Amino acid sequence: MPKLPKLPAPPLPGPLQEPPPRPGEGNGKAGPLDGAAQAGITVVDWIDERTSLSGAARWMMFRKVPKGTNWFYTLGSATMFAFLSQAFTGVFLAMYYRPEPAGGAYESIRYVTNDVFLGQFVRGMHKWGSSVMVVLVFLHMGRTFFFGAYKYPRELNWVIGVVLLILTMVMSFTGYLLPFDQRAYWATIVGVNINGTGPLIGPYLSDFLRGGSEFGATTLSRFYAIHMLIVPGLLAALIGAHLYLVAKLGTTAPPWTKAQKRVELRETEI
Amino acid sequence: MPDKRAKHTSKYTLDRGIPGAFEGETVTRRRFMTGTAHTAGAIAASAFALPALGFAIGPVFKSTPHRWEVVGTVDQFPDNNYVPVILTVTPNIGEAGKTTVYMRKHNPEIDTDIYDRNTPYIAISSRCAHVGCPVRWVDASERFICPCHGGVYDLLGRRVGGPPVRPLDRFYTRVSGENVEVGPRFSVNSQLRRFSPRDPGEPLDGIGQYLYPSRPGAQKL
Repeated sequence: MPKLPKLPAPPLPGPLQEPPPRPGEGNGKAGPLDGAAQAGITVVDWIDERTSLSGAARWMMFRKVPKGTNWFYTLGSATMFAFLSQAFTGVFLAMYYRPEPAGGAYESIRYVTNDVFLGQFVRGMHKWGSSVMVVLVFLHMGRTFFFGAYKYPRELNWVIGVVLLILTMVMSFTGYLLPFDQRAYWATIVGVNINGTGPLIGPYLSDFLRGGSEFGATTLSRFYAIHMLIVPGLLAALIGAHLYLVAKLGTTAPPWTKAQKRVELRETEI
Repeated sequence: MPDKRAKHTSKYTLDRGIPGAFEGETVTRRRFMTGTAHTAGAIAASAFALPALGFAIGPVFKSTPHRWEVVGTVDQFPDNNYVPVILTVTPNIGEAGKTTVYMRKHNPEIDTDIYDRNTPYIAISSRCAHVGCPVRWVDASERFICPCHGGVYDLLGRRVGGPPVRPLDRFYTRVSGENVEVGPRFSVNSQLRRFSPRDPGEPLDGIGQYLYPSRPGAQKL
């Protein structure tokens, strides 16, 4: 049978025509990347069908923000990323660190700093990152205060934020001892004794921190456990609660934003 | 909608019209099961939480036996000037467990205080009574001086300047044959009256000894 000439497509009205391929989608033929994209969609759909997580993700990520939202509103996220950086670098530093007061701790830090590939960089990230985090926490707190964002109904988020500030300070205090050099040792002696000046419970708090009446064999491992297990867990949980409340209650407009005059609905807009 | 917090009219489930109620029953089976499950959960949680908590705060109540350490011979220490010796406070942790003690033979002309009468040697701790930095004995000015915040103490360890709240701590001493031994630490108030050891920064004058109580594990010598 001779091959028939292909007839031109009949002139269809616009809405019935196939839309032209969008940029990046190729010429309509399925390429290897389309298969990969389809696989990704399938996996996400599979999970979403069983967890309904996409609704939560949309609720968290695609929120309405007030007019006038500006760069000051990024300080909270910046603090969170500082925390994530600390958590990430801290996990890898823990692979090398040994909490032995009789020389092992100092030697392991010296080894990380001088001998491990990128060790000085990762340790530097953790060391300087802690200061960055404290600075960002205070900037974030100042933003919240000066914008009046702690007022009803956001008081509980302020309270959680204060607990997060205290926990950040506990992290700074306990982490300072871990290099176990002269500065770390004496700063911790002074810090624990400042704790002890609190009347009635101060002496007990000092003994709890040191694990005894003197700086002893378990003080360093005690600080290490508080620094890498107890407080980070609390911090992560409370950051979750903090973010939940931010998403639930929404953010505030800057104080200089004038409230819009109420415009009565006109018939033409209904 | 009925108010759930409203007081029940009767304590008997039968009177409240609860399905399946027994004669004389006051607690429903549902409520009993809920309470049982909560109690079981609380017991299970305390079974690991309480021992772990006790494990963590146990050292607060632990009493460590007194250590006596030979620091020198009887003719090694003059009675008008201090000689520094190194004392091991916590063994097996290297430098971090050591501290400097300033030793001097008892001098009846200087140590006129009644509490010092029977002490063969005066052993003054180098731990500053402000926040615990190490003080050093400066011979020329006859003062203990703290490098951190400027605490100054006189020959007997009493504060003469700076932020410290009480005199320098001391250690018990004894002579064993030809050797001088240093024992446990004790704290003193501004009249050099002895108290069980307190941490730096805790005053012992007036109400201080009650605001900063002694350790539960502190033992009498």
